[in-house]
Amino acid sequence: MSGASPKPYGVPTTRQTLTGWGRTAPSACDVAQVRSGLEVDRLVSSAAESGQGIVARGLARSYGDAAQCAGGIVIDTTGLDGVLDFDPGAGLVRVGSGTSIDALLRAFVPRGWFVPVTPGTRYVTVGGAIAADIHGKNHHRDGSFCSYVTRLSLATPSGRLEISPERDPELFWATAGGMGMTGAVVEATLRMLPVETAIMMVDTERAANLDDCMERMARRDAEYRYSVAWIDCLARGAKLGRAVLTRADHARLADLPTARRGDALCFAPQVRAQVPATPPPGLLNPLTVAAFNEFWFRKAPRARTGELQAMAAFFHPLDGVGAWNRLYGPWGMVQYQFVVPFGAEDSLLDVLRRLSEGRVASFLAVLKRFGDADPGPLSFPVQGWTLALDMPVGPPGLGPLLDALDEIVAGAGGRVYLAKDSRLRPEMLKTMYPRLPEWRVTRDRVDPGGTFVSDLARRLGLVSMHSPLRASRRGRSNPGPEEDVVR
Amino acid sequence: MNDAMGMPQSAVVVGGTSDIARAVLRSLVARRLRRIVLIGRDEIGLAMAARELQALGAQQVDVLTFDVTDFARADAVVRDASTRLGQVDMVLVATGVLGDQPRDELDPEAVARVLSTNSTGPAAVLSAFAVVLRQQGHGRIIVLSSVAGVRVRRANYLYGASKAGLDAFAQGLGEALRDSGASLMIVRPGWVATRMTKGRDPAPFATTRDAVAADVIAGMERSSAVVWSPGSLRLVFAMLRLLPRGLWRRLPG
Repeated sequence: MSGASPKPYGVPTTRQTLTGWGRTAPSACDVAQVRSGLEVDRLVSSAAESGQGIVARGLARSYGDAAQCAGGIVIDTTGLDGVLDFDPGAGLVRVGSGTSIDALLRAFVPRGWFVPVTPGTRYVTVGGAIAADIHGKNHHRDGSFCSYVTRLSLATPSGRLEISPERDPELFWATAGGMGMTGAVVEATLRMLPVETAIMMVDTERAANLDDCMERMARRDAEYRYSVAWIDCLARGAKLGRAVLTRADHARLADLPTARRGDALCFAPQVRAQVPATPPPGLLNPLTVAAFNEFWFRKAPRARTGELQAMAAFFHPLDGVGAWNRLYGPWGMVQYQFVVPFGAEDSLLDVLRRLSEGRVASFLAVLKRFGDADPGPLSFPVQGWTLALDMPVGPPGLGPLLDALDEIVAGAGGRVYLAKDSRLRPEMLKTMYPRLPEWRVTRDRVDPGGTFVSDLARRLGLVSMHSPLRASRRGRSNPGPEEDVVR
Repeated sequence: MNDAMGMPQSAVVVGGTSDIARAVLRSLVARRLRRIVLIGRDEIGLAMAARELQALGAQQVDVLTFDVTDFARADAVVRDASTRLGQVDMVLVATGVLGDQPRDELDPEAVARVLSTNSTGPAAVLSAFAVVLRQQGHGRIIVLSSVAGVRVRRANYLYGASKAGLDAFAQGLGEALRDSGASLMIVRPGWVATRMTKGRDPAPFATTRDAVAADVIAGMERSSAVVWSPGSLRLVFAMLRLLPRGLWRRLPG
């Protein structure tokens, strides 16, 4: 390479220290605030030339290190926002990859269209949703996000590629859940869901323990589009896994009292509170969490049907509190989310028992049933039960406890969710994602030089890669034999 | 890469035969650590340490012989170690000699030797690692200091002064690394029963290498800037620092 300028990206960058939503494992990267797809193309090709690592980052809601690249380039895609095209006949919307689900909902719910898959927060970008192939409370019925992506434009070291489930399906599905390692999504086309109102009809019930909860879900989930259970992980003995189960459908216009029909499609959620920048450590400990869990369980009705709730209250309750991740204290938090296949219910109970015995304070443990998997080799959701647990970093013994949970999950044929991961032992990856070799073939086809890389990919050995030290020596025009380090 | 609990996958240890360093490495191999470079003077001791770590599950343990007072080679050795690992998640600097205070204090050459082994040499090596970590944008440096440097005593002022110098250097380097993605943690153990202190009378608050290792791991999990071991020494020394000199002189240990 010519190598005259030390930062030959063609796009201005700033050195920043980044973490994920869990606020753990920071690393410093050159962040490029892009304004156009052309700038993304330029960054990717200059990274490929110079041997720098590169990865795209949206709203940074991945809990771990998926959207950072120590010593490399991070493409901040949030400037690639906006609706480019809308076809109201087919409900197809073409957007920039930095468009958030929040922005989509604010623009389209009033026009009668809903984002077909929405996670627990609205603050994710479409690009991030594709990279993690996110799921929502409707997975048992509707599948994951990429099932509604009809086309996408991907910036790769092999150039800009327009792909779809029909056109280069291998690359399309390797990108779905591929954690950004096949390239940077620049644009995507989504198929939206028509709705009559911005209101949900919610049924709530309490379950006495985990068995009771799973039994209720298995029996009647199919009757609802959305279903999720909140589990009390600190309850012990016969109450282990007691739960509050909420299930819902979009309310039809006819379901609303006449007075509310006028502004039935109004969608205007607000952030009600903001967590201060430096809350004290230990705010969330087994005592406070147990007290909260007790309150939450008792506050829920034993059974209530047909309650009308605003969309944001049902789908994104935590978005009402800004920066709630800070509540977990200065050492950050981890979210442990895994899925085990149907039939492996015992392993789920096993996990809950270990957590309850370890007195690990997990507040907001969420249980849900997944339906059919989509074709993505690294896509997380597969048929079965998924449980997500948030917990603060800091208590000694948390690391080994989670390692033990990995063994239970892998032993049951399950896996952890990479978008949430910040601590998996790399040895477990190929057991949990057996289609990894097939995925790597596709990824290496478009990125043979290993340009796309993230801290998560390095930590888990997701991709084969060149080290930055070697790469920078290569940059100083000292060729020599390059050695691929697979970690 | 370091995980959410600050557990590294690769590490360089300077002073690879140190009892405390070996105890730390054993705990880390049980977690995530797989690739290690051990640096030190004692080739045979390093080879033994390497064999043990491999038996415990480390995939790659390389050994580099280097005398920390050979300042001219520091940069090359650090580069060599870093290239072998690709990503350097952790650097542990654990070199040090206790010396023989009554004899050394009468020999200017011995005075200089203790200070260069415990202070000047490590500072040179740390500076070279800081360049690597700054460039790669992540990684944690751990510096083994000592409470002996917090307030220096007559009985071991050579060792104490050398650790005081190293400790102060590390504090400055830690500040310099802010916002670089890399971080630095200082460990201040009290009296530890190791090969180095063998045959000497334990001081109050004496501890063991395994207890220090556990405190180091806990400090890594919480991204601490300073770890005292045992933790109670933080308070003890907050008071001892203020003690009038006459009283300080008469303290046992």
